[in-house]
Amino acid sequence: MTTPLATARSDLILFGAFTLAVLTMPIWLVPLGAGYPDLMQKFAIYGLFAIGFNILFGLTGYLSFGHAAFLGVGSYTAVWSFKLLGMNPVPALLLAILLSGLFAWVIGFVSLRRTGIYFSILTLAFAQMCYNLAYSVLTPITNGETGLRVLNSDPRALDHLTGQGVVDGPLVSNIFGLEMNGLPGFYFCAVWLLIGMYVSIRIFRSPFGLMLRAIKTNQTRLNYTGISTRPYALTAFVISGMYAGLAGALLCVTDPLAGAERMQWTASGEVVLMTILGGAGTLLGPVIGAGLIKYSENIFSAFHEQTLHDIFGFLPDGVEGVVVSVAGLFVGEGWHLTLGLLFMVIVIFLPGGLTSGVRQLVQMARRSSGGSGRSGGDAGTAPQAAE
Amino acid sequence: MDAILLQILNGLDKGGAYALIALGLTLVFGTLGVVNFAHGALFMLGAFCAVTVNQVIGLEQVTLDPNNLTPWGTPVEIREPYIVSWLGDTGHLILDYSVPVSILAAIPIMIVIGFIMERGLIQFFYKRPHAEQILVTFGLAIVLQEIIKTWFGANPLPQSPPTALRSAADIGVLVGFNPGEIVYPYWRLVYFVFSALVIGGVFAFLQLTTFGMVVRAGMADRETVGLLGIDIEKRFTLVFGLAAVVAGLAGVMYTPILPPDYHMGMDFLVLSFVVVVVGGMGSLPGAVAAGFLLGILQSFASMTEVKSILPGIDQIIIYLVAVVILLVRPRGLLGRKGVMEG
Repeated sequence: MTTPLATARSDLILFGAFTLAVLTMPIWLVPLGAGYPDLMQKFAIYGLFAIGFNILFGLTGYLSFGHAAFLGVGSYTAVWSFKLLGMNPVPALLLAILLSGLFAWVIGFVSLRRTGIYFSILTLAFAQMCYNLAYSVLTPITNGETGLRVLNSDPRALDHLTGQGVVDGPLVSNIFGLEMNGLPGFYFCAVWLLIGMYVSIRIFRSPFGLMLRAIKTNQTRLNYTGISTRPYALTAFVISGMYAGLAGALLCVTDPLAGAERMQWTASGEVVLMTILGGAGTLLGPVIGAGLIKYSENIFSAFHEQTLHDIFGFLPDGVEGVVVSVAGLFVGEGWHLTLGLLFMVIVIFLPGGLTSGVRQLVQMARRSSGGSGRSGGDAGTAPQAAE
Repeated sequence: MDAILLQILNGLDKGGAYALIALGLTLVFGTLGVVNFAHGALFMLGAFCAVTVNQVIGLEQVTLDPNNLTPWGTPVEIREPYIVSWLGDTGHLILDYSVPVSILAAIPIMIVIGFIMERGLIQFFYKRPHAEQILVTFGLAIVLQEIIKTWFGANPLPQSPPTALRSAADIGVLVGFNPGEIVYPYWRLVYFVFSALVIGGVFAFLQLTTFGMVVRAGMADRETVGLLGIDIEKRFTLVFGLAAVVAGLAGVMYTPILPPDYHMGMDFLVLSFVVVVVGGMGSLPGAVAAGFLLGILQSFASMTEVKSILPGIDQIIIYLVAVVILLVRPRGLLGRKGVMEG
């Protein structure tokens, strides 16, 4: 685990390495078959979403089941900004952050009156409420099941001012003519991911972050010391809501369409899974988890019967048929089944996430190799285990 | 006056479903200390028990009649459910009453499912943090609902109530209203009576049997019960099975009211959680009372008169009530001190 006392230099190295890794993604993802912009945008956006969720769940331990609501709010705000102001993504993102932060403040104000499961249930209820409203009464704002999209007939005030009012073909968000799809779109998301990561590192290292950890460790004791924890938790909730709103807006920057299904509880569950898969409470874990989930979603959903037959072609005919039909349950349309199983497996066997799994492996390796050589080996590793 | 009475009646069946699910949730939470996000999936599985039973007893024997030809020149197919050819009129009756008959199948099935869930998964999570319990049962809920989706498809599968109960009762006449003012479908009445019976049965079981006494004692103070030399873990499996049966039966009987589909479990689960929170975590009477209360409130909110003043109120009324309750009375309506405080 990253210690609060880690030096500024190690953070700088971490951030530098992360920046390098993100910016060179179009290169090193090619051999993995994921080097195309659409998917990398998803990595960046959901990475951002998970980083924000981690600030709440990883630091304070408050398990929110309603973060998809903020993702949806961000998306709708962004599309409305496109419709009214124009296709420039910057005002859209800022408005989305602002509005989702406001939503998070209202929802957090009520939900944070309770802790533990009550909190989870309340956030889940709020998210379902937003989802229901988006589908029914708020149809004038959200366009219901069809989803909200930008039309050529929309006002787009700023576009008309700068003479971009009349566009042939589909409307794509752009910064002064640079269209936000393909690689520029990815780099735009990547820049936001880096900003989000940097802010997250700063929060992790700040006294505020320390206070959030204290809430997770023992809230009662904090209360007894005379500290009111609620403002801290609420701030963390609002910050993570803003991250979610930003992620939702970025989704619309790359594809200007917002639908209510983004707010469903499955979406809230997905971000929880990303965070715990990578390792809640770690800096890099959530991004890794988000990347893994989106990568495997991409791979698994693309599978269909024929690819399965190709893969299992070496098996005898009768066996092949059985294997293919069983495997067919888990891919393509059945991707959610895999997701659910993955969820259970991770929680049952690796509740600390992949980063803790890797750390355990490293420790085991170190102990087995160094244990016989050094007499004080155990004493030497003990402080690390206590991190 | 008649409108008010009608809305109360309308809320009763939905309230009954909420109460039954919330009852199981509270039972599991109170005794086992586990927050079961897969409880809604049990409700859904119950509903699909009814679908399966209906499909199984509806299996048809297809014979070709060579003497009669269809306009296309092929022999006319005569379809006759096996059960009718075996049992005659009784078969027709069973087919007609397939939903109530499914209860017989649902009880053992739900007990087995409950046992498997508790022994296979939940028992390993008693000592782990609530967050992990929530997450693992959440994953389980996704898995169960996806399995149902692959098996039965994504579309709702409407089930029909028995022919005799398809019409509506003119209840208003009984209490002095003019005929036709308060008309209420028989099946909803049946559902209300059924849920009241099940709730009564569960309470009687808890109040009158020794086993129930141990369970109640366990809900009040698990540690002391353990200290008294009672192996409470052994009873947990049964309690979980009981909760599964209650949720499953609620699902079976609800199928004629709401055509079951794979995500009905989660829809009801979220509402039932709110019901539990409003009623007070760990309080069985609270869960039941809040279930009916919120069901009735919801039906009032869907009146056109109310909706014209506050559009969309029917969608959010339950959540609004929950928010108000939590702000005013954080412990819930009938919640006890010390249960899941914090």
